[in-house]
Amino acid sequence: MKAQQTQQNTKTACFMSMESVRAERAVESPLMWAPVAAGFPSPADDYIERPIDLNRELILHPAATFFVRVQGDSMVGAGLWHGDTLIVDRAVDPRDGHIVVALLDGDFTVKRMQKAGGVVHLVAENPLYEAIELTEERRFEVWGVVTWVLHKAV
Amino acid sequence: MRYLLVDCNNFYVSCERVFEPRLLGKPVVVLSNNDGCVIARSEEAKKLCIEMGTPAFKAETLFHVHGVHVYSSNYALYGDMSRRVMETLRGFAPEVEVYSLDEAFLRLTTVDDTEATEVAHCLRRKVSQWTGIDVSVGIASTKTLAKIANYSVKLLGGDNKVLSFEHMPYPDQFLADTPVERVWGIGPRRARFLRRQGVETALALKRAPGAWVRQHLTVSGLRTAMELRGIPCLPWEEAAPGKKSLTCSRSFGRPITCLWEMEEALACYVTRVAEKLRQQGKVASSMEVFVRGGKYAKRMAHGTRSATLRLSPATDYTPELIALAHRLLARIYEPGKEYRKAGVILNHLCSQGEAQLDLFHARSEAEWQRQSSLMRTMDSLNFRFGQDTIFPGSTGLTRPWRMRQERKSPGYTTRWNELCWVRSDIGSSGGTEPRTLE
Repeated sequence: MKAQQTQQNTKTACFMSMESVRAERAVESPLMWAPVAAGFPSPADDYIERPIDLNRELILHPAATFFVRVQGDSMVGAGLWHGDTLIVDRAVDPRDGHIVVALLDGDFTVKRMQKAGGVVHLVAENPLYEAIELTEERRFEVWGVVTWVLHKAV
Repeated sequence: MRYLLVDCNNFYVSCERVFEPRLLGKPVVVLSNNDGCVIARSEEAKKLCIEMGTPAFKAETLFHVHGVHVYSSNYALYGDMSRRVMETLRGFAPEVEVYSLDEAFLRLTTVDDTEATEVAHCLRRKVSQWTGIDVSVGIASTKTLAKIANYSVKLLGGDNKVLSFEHMPYPDQFLADTPVERVWGIGPRRARFLRRQGVETALALKRAPGAWVRQHLTVSGLRTAMELRGIPCLPWEEAAPGKKSLTCSRSFGRPITCLWEMEEALACYVTRVAEKLRQQGKVASSMEVFVRGGKYAKRMAHGTRSATLRLSPATDYTPELIALAHRLLARIYEPGKEYRKAGVILNHLCSQGEAQLDLFHARSEAEWQRQSSLMRTMDSLNFRFGQDTIFPGSTGLTRPWRMRQERKSPGYTTRWNELCWVRSDIGSSGGTEPRTLE
């Protein structure tokens, strides 16, 4: 005989913080209750998992992670469109092939870094733009590595 | 046991430079609240002899002639960058005592001196990579000495920003170069006294007889002297002790001459201080309101008037506090007078559970719930969407009296719509015309 079950709600309440610029770890407390009268434990009780939290998934080093916006269209081939938001991690050591936010002659830029034959190039992802060779004269410094690209769909 | 004092170099300026790299190598200053005086300078600005505390209006010509970049203080940014630096430091030692926005002590139980210096260099590199902020480190066997080591490394200048007294054969030479005012725990009054007695440097204080120090500077002064001798006496504090009073006061952008503007300003300050009160889980049983006239808001006794009121029962409810502040204001406000500054101080703080009940003015349980729920909602909305997202109507909408902050940088790390823009089309030819930055 089925037990009387008014909609048995196993609720999991937790607080999610999407404005992760402060990257404060959201306090999540899976709260669940079955109506006291039901008498039957919820079958999900043993399997409760924390809901997905973007802070945890996308930001590995909160103290070193910053958000910036893309200006221009030279990186569209890599999926970076004008107005997109980039998650930039300064804790990641830049490697060949990484898209980086960098200082080039004192200005911010975002490009893919490529090493070929001991020379570093900053490559655009748009056939209309040429690559930049990093010679001795140019002041260059990596500011951070782009780990995620946020493109607004609506 | 080793104590490290880590301190950010030219912190406010450094924060601005992380997001404005064009400021590197240029003279930069940051102004205090109300764009009043210089509170931070880059090395280049220091070389132009711009002193700390110079009123901004006095230095305008200097700023203009030398192309100095001037910024209003952006505490939202500095607070966030500080949080990042401190979080990075926590990766190096289990015990980190955050002393101020840009300073922290680390306590290491590694015995080896070389290891402590290695940690300091590693920590400098990591903080610089992770946050873009440059720090100096002083290492010693006590907190007071670590502070002096940090001060000394800055005096030495150069590229080396780590100084360990443990490595020095004669650390006393640094103590001899440290004026006694610079010793942690010796304030201006004690310093004046010590100088009159011929104790002018940290070294002289270290060598002064213990009994004499105890007699003239009390036991806290003795602790400082012992620390200078290498004996740790100061407690380690993980959390800041609770405050006994909370204040919010600001100078106005221009003098206030009418009551409604003063009421608006006070309502704003009360709102701000009540937020801090609730953050600490406290309630207040006493409020003082003060107003100040006179030029440049100088401390003239006859220019300041204040009034105090006991609150019973103790409260943290903003609307109630605003109403009380207005009552106090009515006692001291003089029509026709020009006011430069006002403020509110909440005293006799205690945690909610400890507050005395009042038989004659008790709030009903339902009323308390309603008030508490309203404040919680307001606080959480302001926390989530930014300060002032929701505020009491009495604080005004346009606030023409508010302090000037004309040159504040954007909230790069705290406001979603004020992020830094990075150009993907810089430095390369071809493509479409660069769009104007929004």
